[in-house]
Amino acid sequence: MAGATEETARGTAGGTAGEPGAPDVVVVGAGQGGVETVAALRARGFSGRITLVAEETALPYQRPPLSKGYLLGTVDRAGLELRPDDFFSALDIDLVRGDRAAGIDRDRRTVELDSGRELPYGRLVLATGSRPRRLPVAGADLEGVRTLRSLADADALRHRLTGGRELDVVVVGAGFLGLELAATARTLGHRVTVVEAAARVMSRAVTGAVSEHVAAEHRGQGVRVLTRREVVALHGGTGSEDPGHVRVVELDGGERLAADLVVAGIGALPNVELATAAGLLVGDGVIVDPRLRTSDPDVYAVGDCARFPSPWTGRHIRLESVQNASDQARRVAADILGETGPYTAVPWFWSEQYGLRLQMAGLTAGHDEAVVAGDPAAGRFSVFCFRAGRLTGVESVNRPADHGISRRLLASGTDLTPQDVARPGFDLRARAQQRPSPPAQHAQHAQHAQHAERPVHA
Amino acid sequence: MAKITYKHPNGTETIVDVAAPNTVMRGAKINNIDGIEAQCGGSAQCGTCHVYVDEANTLPLPEIHESEDEVLYGTACPRRDNSRLSCQLPVSEEIDGLVVHLPEAQS
Repeated sequence: MAGATEETARGTAGGTAGEPGAPDVVVVGAGQGGVETVAALRARGFSGRITLVAEETALPYQRPPLSKGYLLGTVDRAGLELRPDDFFSALDIDLVRGDRAAGIDRDRRTVELDSGRELPYGRLVLATGSRPRRLPVAGADLEGVRTLRSLADADALRHRLTGGRELDVVVVGAGFLGLELAATARTLGHRVTVVEAAARVMSRAVTGAVSEHVAAEHRGQGVRVLTRREVVALHGGTGSEDPGHVRVVELDGGERLAADLVVAGIGALPNVELATAAGLLVGDGVIVDPRLRTSDPDVYAVGDCARFPSPWTGRHIRLESVQNASDQARRVAADILGETGPYTAVPWFWSEQYGLRLQMAGLTAGHDEAVVAGDPAAGRFSVFCFRAGRLTGVESVNRPADHGISRRLLASGTDLTPQDVARPGFDLRARAQQRPSPPAQHAQHAQHAQHAERPVHA
Repeated sequence: MAKITYKHPNGTETIVDVAAPNTVMRGAKINNIDGIEAQCGGSAQCGTCHVYVDEANTLPLPEIHESEDEVLYGTACPRRDNSRLSCQLPVSEEIDGLVVHLPEAQS
């Protein structure tokens, strides 16, 4: 039913810039997903009008370095840019900066901006991203309590962390972002404590073996890592100190940690308000179909904000990653150009903490068997996760070859067994020689996976 | 500044001028050349900026360091003797005229 509407839509809100029939495309959100969507459209020869709406005034930038190289000073502002200044004009992409989509009128097929400008669309792509969860405790609004999402957030953190004074930094949440921030703050010479409510660090994302290794690295670097501990309140200064600035983090059990700076890395919430107001189907993300179309087939959603049916879990999930945003963007660009098909890319993630390079291929949550290969003591190993004997994901610590090969094996389908991995002398690179072909089997395999796997939490 | 030629799998080519201190990867991104993804942004993590350096190349390129070597095992298209991660190829006048071939797929 959705497909029929889509066909009639083609060419109605016609582009004036190019071929007759090419729809106007409006992309809301200029993060990784938004920028890759417009770039992929042009790279594939799309000739219609393209408008990219950026809420921030900054040129669209990469987020991964914001918690690492940008704070450390090894990546500068120009190094963050997804594309240079003249890129968008050269490709006849109207990049609207410092304006915000205020509403979508789906009957008139227009997006209205805060400035009052109206953008007609034939196809609309929501790439509205996510925003950090705030600490749900008293004192969370004190000065010196921060989250990290935007360049402005990173600039504020950088200002504090490179101010020349040794600070007591408390990081709340030991996910990738929290641990990257802890590593960065420690590298910059600060006293760092990480407070995590779960039993181990990165517990939602990785297996115990990787958790332990990473926690040990942080402790070895002099970071205090507290697990099964919750923040109950934040307190401002007393006496001659500024009462409006955080000075103490109070934990359950009553322990009080000195804090000049508190950074919360406790997850993100999808930006769905625009979709909700437009009457689109929403539920912890904008719900999309396998082609990444929302409940309105002329409106797509990609990246952090999209809740999509994953062939890797057999249910709808939301993924906050560069890979997911980029691959969904490219899929949607192809879909708009008539090359329709489901989104089936292998999820992968990476994180860098100190010299540790963590790479995750596939989704390991819900595995029933995990086999470690390599040498954990030497800090180079991978954990191969299986479910019902099938490889579902691989976590690698300083083993990039394992990671890359695993991504390919997951994409093409593999008969790798736990016994293979457990065999002495196992080396995935030997398997890499017997490579079949680039992943042409994507969709077919993914379909299979959908039936084979029961739902897991992702 | 260096002239870099990106040869596409379909036989066409794109020739662009790329300024230092960009990399061959960034040169492709700046010019929106399809076939270089570089999802990790150039930190030799992801292997999606894989290129084959032209076999007749005589221009000086940096040695393959350990992490690039590791990542090249996992590229979507087969690794060959002339495989490189284009994010690890800095542009300078020394490589003016470099020709790289883009693989069929990056991920």
